[in-house]
Amino acid sequence: MNRVEIEELLDLTDRFAEVGLRPIPRVPALRGRTVATLFFEDSTRTRLSFDTAAKRLSADTLNFAAGSSSINKGESLRDTVDVISSYGVDALVVRHPMAGTPHRIAGWTEAAVINAGDGWHEHPTQALLDLYTLRKHLGALDGIHIGIVGDIRHSRVARSNVLAFTALGAEVTLVAPPTLLPASLESWPTKVSHNFDEVLPTLDACYLLRMQKERISEGLFPSVREYVADFGLNSGRADRLPKKALICHPGPVNRGIEITADVVADSRSVILDQVVNGVSVRMAVLFLLLGVTRTDSYKPSESAEL
Amino acid sequence: MAERERRQAPPFGGVFVAHARIMDSDDMARAVRRMAHEVIERNHGVKDVVVIGLQTGGTPLAERLVDALYEIEGTRPPVGRLDVALHRDDIGLRPVLPEAATEIPVDLDSSIVVLVDDVLFTGRTIRAALDAVCDFGRPRAIQLAVMVDRGHRELPIRPDYVGKNLPTRRAEVVDVHLEGVDLGVMKK
Repeated sequence: MNRVEIEELLDLTDRFAEVGLRPIPRVPALRGRTVATLFFEDSTRTRLSFDTAAKRLSADTLNFAAGSSSINKGESLRDTVDVISSYGVDALVVRHPMAGTPHRIAGWTEAAVINAGDGWHEHPTQALLDLYTLRKHLGALDGIHIGIVGDIRHSRVARSNVLAFTALGAEVTLVAPPTLLPASLESWPTKVSHNFDEVLPTLDACYLLRMQKERISEGLFPSVREYVADFGLNSGRADRLPKKALICHPGPVNRGIEITADVVADSRSVILDQVVNGVSVRMAVLFLLLGVTRTDSYKPSESAEL
Repeated sequence: MAERERRQAPPFGGVFVAHARIMDSDDMARAVRRMAHEVIERNHGVKDVVVIGLQTGGTPLAERLVDALYEIEGTRPPVGRLDVALHRDDIGLRPVLPEAATEIPVDLDSSIVVLVDDVLFTGRTIRAALDAVCDFGRPRAIQLAVMVDRGHRELPIRPDYVGKNLPTRRAEVVDVHLEGVDLGVMKK
């Protein structure tokens, strides 16, 4: 997506945010459409967010979780996709631990496929909801300085967000110990720092990533305590963050590691706004993909043209 | 105005070419004033009245109707804006415009909603609007005010207040704007 396309989507998102505030937060825009969520990895907010978004547009939803499916009986991914497509699904929302799986699936089905996170690769709707949240609070993103702090290396959120933030004109600094940065950073349009305290006072938004505790065994950093001391956002660091800066986190939050509990509740924290906005942005995504002409065979009558 | 914008947007394209001026700005002002009197007469004042303009052509007319109600009664009923794009039965044939926001400033329970649109044609927009309004509460009554009723209804819907009844051919286009009402056609 280029800047114009992203901004069109964000502009449209306001319309869907308004729907969520109605006494009956539902519009019939995608009546008769079916959206399936295919999650091969655990998730709370992404899955529930897509599910809520689809329901607010009156689409039917099917939920597939790998853990309780015939995958356990040895059914292949391809067969699984074929089966789900056979239920007349119009969109597949896919999360998978392997990068590129959603792209692969898109070649197997007529349905629209939405990447809801693939391995360390990308998480596009997270990036869009973060853009929407930042734009809502800060206005235009041109020239603002965003620090992405934490486990960049294993983070699909970091990859998508760097692309999204820079596409809208923001400057991005990656803040992490060298071991938690990707091996090759030359092609990234960002600055890099290993010193959080130095970057802190210059930020308009501080974007914290989840410390993927399951990686500790890989010996990428000496101890959680040391990481917290150098890169955790505690109340002391929050005091040195500019008054108008925002604190963002894609969730789930490890309280006491990348961020302390009192900072989660800070007035500058927009962590729950991010969740709310996630529904609106995903409504816009689903509507743009499915809200076009009903089927190829649908011929509008002359009267429907006005 | 709205109809022209919609007509020019994909997938239709084309340019509106007027061939007759149906109402000028004075005619429109008189029609708005008369409709305001009718609203007041019918509802014994403006108590509980909420005026809702349909995006995008109905919203300036709703403001004008509220101004006229205020001039006559001395109280200004709440005015809202409603976009029915997400409620239509022909979704995908018309763009959902980011700027055509929905804002309903008050609870509609037991209010008298006066929907305002520029042109009443097939009635499908109003059908969608009735659906949408009911998601905001349970009004005591819903009434409909339009500047032009051009006929060709496809649903059992009729207006309560009409600026002008204008018999048209189907292929013609009615353009309501601030300076008046034009009848014309779309040229590619």
